[in-house]
Amino acid sequence: MMSLDQLPFRTPATVTGIDWSRLSEPDARRLRNLGFDEGVRIEALHGAPFGRDPLAIRIGRMTVAMRRLQAQAISVEAGGQ
Amino acid sequence: MSTYPLIAVVGNPNAGKSALFNMLTGARQKVGNYPGVTVERKSGRLYLADGRPVELVDLPGAYSLDPSSPDEEVTRDVLLGKQQGERLPDALLIVLDASNLDNHLRFALQLIALGAPTVVALNMVDLARRDGLDIDPVALERELGVPVIETVAVRRRGGDELKEALSASVGAARRLRAGDGAKAEDFAAIQRRARAIAKLVTVSEREVRRSTQIIDSIALHPVAGPLIFVGIMFFMFQAVFAWSEAPVNWIEALVAATQGAVAGIIPDGLLRSLLVDGVLAGVGAVIAFLPQILILFLFILVLEASGYMVRAAFLMDRLMARVGLSGHAFIPLLSSFACAIPGIMATRTIEDPKHRLTTILIAPLMTCSARLPVYGIIIGAFIPARSIGMGIGLQGLVLFGLYVLGVLGALVAALVLRFTVTRGAPRGFMMEMPKYQLPRARDIAIGLWSRTLIFLKRAGTIILVSTVILWALLAFPQPKPGETALDSSIAGKVAGALEVVVRPIGFNHEIALALIPAMAAREVAVSALATAYSIQADDSDEGSRVIEDRLRGRWSLPTALAFLAWFVFAPQCLSTVAVTRRETNGWKWPAFMLGYLFALAYVAAGAVYWGAVALGL
Repeated sequence: MMSLDQLPFRTPATVTGIDWSRLSEPDARRLRNLGFDEGVRIEALHGAPFGRDPLAIRIGRMTVAMRRLQAQAISVEAGGQ
Repeated sequence: MSTYPLIAVVGNPNAGKSALFNMLTGARQKVGNYPGVTVERKSGRLYLADGRPVELVDLPGAYSLDPSSPDEEVTRDVLLGKQQGERLPDALLIVLDASNLDNHLRFALQLIALGAPTVVALNMVDLARRDGLDIDPVALERELGVPVIETVAVRRRGGDELKEALSASVGAARRLRAGDGAKAEDFAAIQRRARAIAKLVTVSEREVRRSTQIIDSIALHPVAGPLIFVGIMFFMFQAVFAWSEAPVNWIEALVAATQGAVAGIIPDGLLRSLLVDGVLAGVGAVIAFLPQILILFLFILVLEASGYMVRAAFLMDRLMARVGLSGHAFIPLLSSFACAIPGIMATRTIEDPKHRLTTILIAPLMTCSARLPVYGIIIGAFIPARSIGMGIGLQGLVLFGLYVLGVLGALVAALVLRFTVTRGAPRGFMMEMPKYQLPRARDIAIGLWSRTLIFLKRAGTIILVSTVILWALLAFPQPKPGETALDSSIAGKVAGALEVVVRPIGFNHEIALALIPAMAAREVAVSALATAYSIQADDSDEGSRVIEDRLRGRWSLPTALAFLAWFVFAPQCLSTVAVTRRETNGWKWPAFMLGYLFALAYVAAGAVYWGAVALGL
């Protein structure tokens, strides 16, 4: 178990939990609206130059940009079913 | 407003909603605004399969009925019948991206639960197939309980089938009930149901063709990414100047020819002066910038339609975070290089109100195309056209420096604002990164056409009116013998008072005079200087070459440089102030914007003037 910002690039993983209390309310709403939820398969694809922040995260067939700070609230498990 | 049945086109951002709307309505579109908010209202007429006309309205893309931006709020309010200036829709046309079903079905399920007659367009089925994804539309129709039509909007496929399905649905007894659906179902439950349906209707899912990922691994590469970004920006700004040269000359020649023709028909006197010196000179000087504005918008539309714009925002997020903003701010700021008005309107996609306000306040610091005529004339007159080596000209370098000065000013201003008046909790940067797509010429053309109309309308109204008023202020009262026209006129008297204020930063009487009408629009400064010096000299039909010679004779180099510095910062544009008032719902922020930008301009011009004098320039 690790947080999404620690997940190595190009390693498929499964969301095991989201600590909603670590996110501001609008950020949490946006994250929910983008489909982040327990059991969803995700993968970190790219990091921006200069510090690899923000990250480009694949969720389903969609790619979403997200800062590391928000990614810390998402727990993932590499692999998964 | 028509009384035809109203069909709302709704869907997630990037579902191809606009392309579908364009396919169904073609050029028969009306672009307006919802009252009270500056969210664009795009509507058009469509004839259904049975010949009935309906009005189609393209609602802003949204992820759910729980809005997180002013745009999404309009979508929700229209659907719930709470939006001022909009009827409750009679039917919904939901647009789904076939290759992104699990994400898009969430919103669709919420929409279907509203209970209106609904048709679903399963869009971009070609891209889905290319991505190795086969969807069973019949199964989807069964699961959703509403008609599902496969479409490829960009190739205009599925339009007839859609019209048929809509004519069967519109007029059905079911209707949206105002105020409904605010708390329909548990969001997590919808989430799971959406995923279950997506799984069920997906017939086969082969290995994804990851063209977008391959492009991204180059476009977002730590080294190549920033280089490509800088390359695109450089090419864009270079093209704005290089490609526009010929069309600008044609427009100028056309204006000059018209002036000549008018002068030949109408006898010398006030009417001729009004038409030739006022209307044609003023409006003509502004229309001449249409090519540059259109080229810039062409790039912006192509960058947006291709999907690169979001990547640019992604690359810029770190830099923007340093000054308390996010990558979201990049897109409106880039538009502001064409004109701050569409730029400020584009800020409505920024979710955080404090970020949005900050972006609005710094948008006028991006060098908009209206400054170009001012920069062009002054640089042409005072900066020698010599090379400083490596094919770089001194004039171009000065122009580039003015752009950089504006950007740096904006970044510093953002930082200061975020620590003071727009202080707020830090926010994340979360944004869907759409698939790369080849932009469709038709959609780009429709976008450019609506920009052209907006610009011409502006030139035909605010700029025309301010030019005529300026002409009148300059022409009346007519000079008594022994008096120059300039000194006797009303404008001359006002300028005399203003001169006292701007004298310390190196400005003279004519500059003070030009600053007044330039409040309406910056580019008017050029025609105002031209009018002022030509009324003085009483030979009005000579071109800008001559203005440059006149300026060179009358202005010192420090004055010219101070004038340039002033225009980098000064908020000389009434339309920008007006749009800021509308966007921020009051006079507080536009007043603040005027104050801080004028202060900045005054200090910068003064510093440049006295610095240049001290250096003995």
